[in-house]
Amino acid sequence: MTLGVVLMCHTALDRAAQVARHWAMHGCPVVIHLDRRVPEAEESALVTALADQPDIRFSRRTACEWGTFALVQATIDACEKMLAEFPQVGHVFLASGSCLPIRPVGALQEHLAQNPDTDFIESVTTADVGWTVGGLSTERFTLRFPFSWRRQRRLFDGYVALQRLLRFRRRIPEGLTPHLGSQWWCLTRRSLQAILTHPQRPRYDRYFKRVWIPDESYFQSLVRQVSTRIESRSLTLSKFDYMGRPHVFYDDHLHLLRQADAFVARKIWPQADLLYQTFLTPDGDRAPRPDPNPGKINRLFAKAVERRLKGRPGLFMQSRFPSRGRGGNRLAGPYGVMHGFAELFGDFQPWLARAVDARVHGRLFAEDRVHFAGDEPVFKGGLSDSAALRDYNPRSFLASLIWNTRGETQCFQFGPEDDQTILPFLTGDPNATIFVITGAFAVPLWRSGKSAADVRPWAARLQKIEADFLELLGKPDTKARVRIWSLAEFVENPAEPLQQLVDDLNPRAPHRDGDLPELVNLVGFGSFLQELRNQGMQPVLMGDFPSDDQLAQPEQAFSRPQIVR
Amino acid sequence: MLCFFCLRSEAGRLPHFLSHHRALGVRHFLGVDNGSTDGTEALLRSEPDVSLWQTRASYKAARFGMDWLTWLQMRHGHGHWCLTLDADELLVYPYWQTRPLPALTEWLDRQGRQSFGAMTLDMYPGGPVSDGNVGPQDDPISHLCWFDAGNYQVQVQPRMRNLWIQGGARARVFFAETPRKAPTLNKTPLVRWHWRYAYVNSTHSLLPARLNQVYDTEGGELTSGILLHTKFLPGITDRSAEEKLRGEHFGNASQYAAYYDRLISDPVLHTATSTRYTGWRQLEALGLMSRGGWI
Repeated sequence: MTLGVVLMCHTALDRAAQVARHWAMHGCPVVIHLDRRVPEAEESALVTALADQPDIRFSRRTACEWGTFALVQATIDACEKMLAEFPQVGHVFLASGSCLPIRPVGALQEHLAQNPDTDFIESVTTADVGWTVGGLSTERFTLRFPFSWRRQRRLFDGYVALQRLLRFRRRIPEGLTPHLGSQWWCLTRRSLQAILTHPQRPRYDRYFKRVWIPDESYFQSLVRQVSTRIESRSLTLSKFDYMGRPHVFYDDHLHLLRQADAFVARKIWPQADLLYQTFLTPDGDRAPRPDPNPGKINRLFAKAVERRLKGRPGLFMQSRFPSRGRGGNRLAGPYGVMHGFAELFGDFQPWLARAVDARVHGRLFAEDRVHFAGDEPVFKGGLSDSAALRDYNPRSFLASLIWNTRGETQCFQFGPEDDQTILPFLTGDPNATIFVITGAFAVPLWRSGKSAADVRPWAARLQKIEADFLELLGKPDTKARVRIWSLAEFVENPAEPLQQLVDDLNPRAPHRDGDLPELVNLVGFGSFLQELRNQGMQPVLMGDFPSDDQLAQPEQAFSRPQIVR
Repeated sequence: MLCFFCLRSEAGRLPHFLSHHRALGVRHFLGVDNGSTDGTEALLRSEPDVSLWQTRASYKAARFGMDWLTWLQMRHGHGHWCLTLDADELLVYPYWQTRPLPALTEWLDRQGRQSFGAMTLDMYPGGPVSDGNVGPQDDPISHLCWFDAGNYQVQVQPRMRNLWIQGGARARVFFAETPRKAPTLNKTPLVRWHWRYAYVNSTHSLLPARLNQVYDTEGGELTSGILLHTKFLPGITDRSAEEKLRGEHFGNASQYAAYYDRLISDPVLHTATSTRYTGWRQLEALGLMSRGGWI
C-alpha cells in the first residue's frame, strides 16, 4: 500500500507544482484541487508543468471561501478521485499547496506502514479544545452562519448576536458528537471510504453546510463514527498567532523545522528558497537530521504570543506604550527611593551599595543636575545629567534608567528639595519601595550653621512639600511599598529600620552585623527645632524629637555602641 | 513595493542607500531632486529602477518636500506598500536579512495593519564627526557604528494619536538645555497607501490619524523597525555650514543657528556609555524596536 496526497491549492502555484512533483517522485500519487477563483491561464500553466507526471491528477474545481463548506466539498471531491483512481493508496494525506514535507517522504511512508490501521487526525470535543479564537467553539455547531465572515463581517457578527439573544439553537444530528481539530489530517483508505459512503452522509452534509469552519470539524467528527484507531494529532506542523491566523515559516526557520517531529509544515513563505531547496532534496541526498526537539518550537511560538500580548514590562518605546491600567505605571524592575537618609548619615550611599548590592545614586531629581552614582556626567544608555532633559519628561527618564539597568537593583536619594513632578508616578509603581524619614530635611538646615530665623521660611516650605508627599503616599491608589519613620522614631534605634530597608531591597543580602553607617551627631538639633518654634514655625514632621538633655543621657540615647561604629 | 524620497546633493550616500533598499525588495524608487549640485542627478538617471522628478523650488515652502512627495504618492502609490525615506536613512527591521519587505508587508496585511513604525536612530562615529573616509558604495554603518541605547523620551500627542519620541545622541549633545526643540525621532515610513492619505509632518505623522497608531496601548508590543540615521558621515561639518546659510529647515532659522554652529565645530558624540551596533537582534533586545508577534 502506498500514500496518496491531496493538495489544496490557490496561490503560489509554482511552489505547489514543485511540492506535487516531489511527492510524486517518491511514489505518492497526488490529486490537486485548484480553487475555482484561480485564473484559467494559471491553471493551464500548472497542468502543463506537471504534464509529465502520470500520477498527478486534478479534481473538480470549487471556489473555496474560507470558513464555508466549499472547502470540505473540494476535499471530498479530491478524495473520491484519489480512492477511485489509485487503488494502491492505503493512506490519504491532506495538505495544502503551501505545505512542505520537512522529513523524507520515505520516513512518512515507513511511519504509515507501521500503523496501517491508524487515522492521524486531531479530533477533540468542543469542551476540551483550547485553541478556538473569537469565542465560537460549541456555537459553531449550534448557530447558523449564512453570512461571509470575510466580506460581510457586520452581518456575520450581528446575526450571531441575534441568535444568542433569541437563544436559537440548531439541533445536532442524532449520533453525531461534534469534534474539532486541525484541518490537515492523514486518514486510512478504510476510514475515508466509510465516511464518504456513510448511509447518513446526505444528512450530515446538509447539517455541516451551515456549520462555521466545517473543514475543522467535518472529518474530525465523522471519523469518530467509522474509525477503529484514531491517533489524535496532526502529522502537519502548523502554528497560529493569538488571533488564530496561521504563522508563516521563512528561511531563518530552517534549523527549527529540522528539529520538528512532524512530517509536513505549513505555511511556507513562497519565496523561502532555502527551505524549498533544502526540504525538496530527494530523500537519498539529505543531510542527517538533528535530534527532534518539538518542545523548542512550541516554546518559541508561545513566547511570540506573550511578546505580542504582554510585552516586556517596564519598556516604553515606539511600538509599546501601555496606558496606566495596562502596565503604564510599572517600571522594569524593583528599585528603592530613600527619602531623608543621606541627611542623617555621612556615608549612607557607599554603605547602602555594600549592604544591598545595588547601584546607589545620589539625588536623581536634584534641581541643579542629575546626581548619578559615581557622579557620572552620562549614565548607562546615554542618559544625560542635564536637569532640563530630565525634567522635560521625568517618567521617560526614570523608565529608561530602570530599563537600562535590568538585573541590577537601583536606589536613589529623594527629598523635598528635589523636583516633585515624578511623585505620582513613583507612588503608583508597584516596583518602587519608598523609605521615608519624615522631617530629616531640617538636619542639613541646622548643620548649615545659619540661624533659625534665616532658614525658617525655607524650612516651612520644605515641610509643606514633604507633607504633600506624605499625603500622596497615604492615598489608596498607592501601589509602591512604603515605609515611613519620623525622625524621632528613627534616631531612637536606627539599626532596626536600616535592617528592614536592607531586607526589603535585597532579602538575600548577607547580614553584616555591626556594619552600619555613621549617624551624624544630633546633639543641638533639639534646640534648633525649639528655635524654629520660637520663630513661629511648627516643625511637626520630625515627631517628638528628644531634647538635648535627653539625648545626652546614655541610657536613653539612640547611639548605642553596637550600632554606631 | 515602492520607495519615495526627496533629496539634495546626496551622491555620497545614494549608492548604498539604493542598494540597501533594493536588496530589501523595493521594486521601484520615485525620487524628487531639489537642485543637487554634486552629480546626484546623473547618478539617479543611470539607475534603471529610479524615476526622477526635479525642482529648484523652495524645500521649505513645499512643506520640506512633502508636497512634492504627496503628489507622487497620490498618483503612483495607491494600493501599494510605500516606503518614504530620507537619503540618510536605512531601514532595518526584525529578520531583515532573511525576510525581505514583501514578507513583512504580507505579515502586516495578515495582521490587518496598514502602517509600520520605525524610529530614527542617530548613528555616530567613535571620534570627531568629520574624521574618517566613507566611500559611496561603503556601508556607512561600518563607520557610524555607535548609538545611544536608552535615553529616549516618549509621549503621546493626542491630536494625531502618534507617539512623540525625542532623545538620543542629538538631544544629549545639542539640546541638553532646550530638550523640547530636540529632533523628533518617531516615524511611520511604511504605509499601504491610499490616494486619500497624506503625511503631515515629514513622515512623523500622517492622516488619517489611525495610521499613526503603530504602538500597542494594552501592554503588548507591535512589530516595529529602526531607521539607521547616517547623518553624521564625515561631510557633516561642511554640509551644516551650507544648510545654515540656506535656512531651509524646520522652525525659525535663529533657533537652529546654535545647533549648526555646534555641528560645524566638529563635535564628538561618542561617550563611554555609547553602544556599538551589532545588528537587529541587539536593537530588539535593547527595546528600541520589537518583533512583536512575528516569529
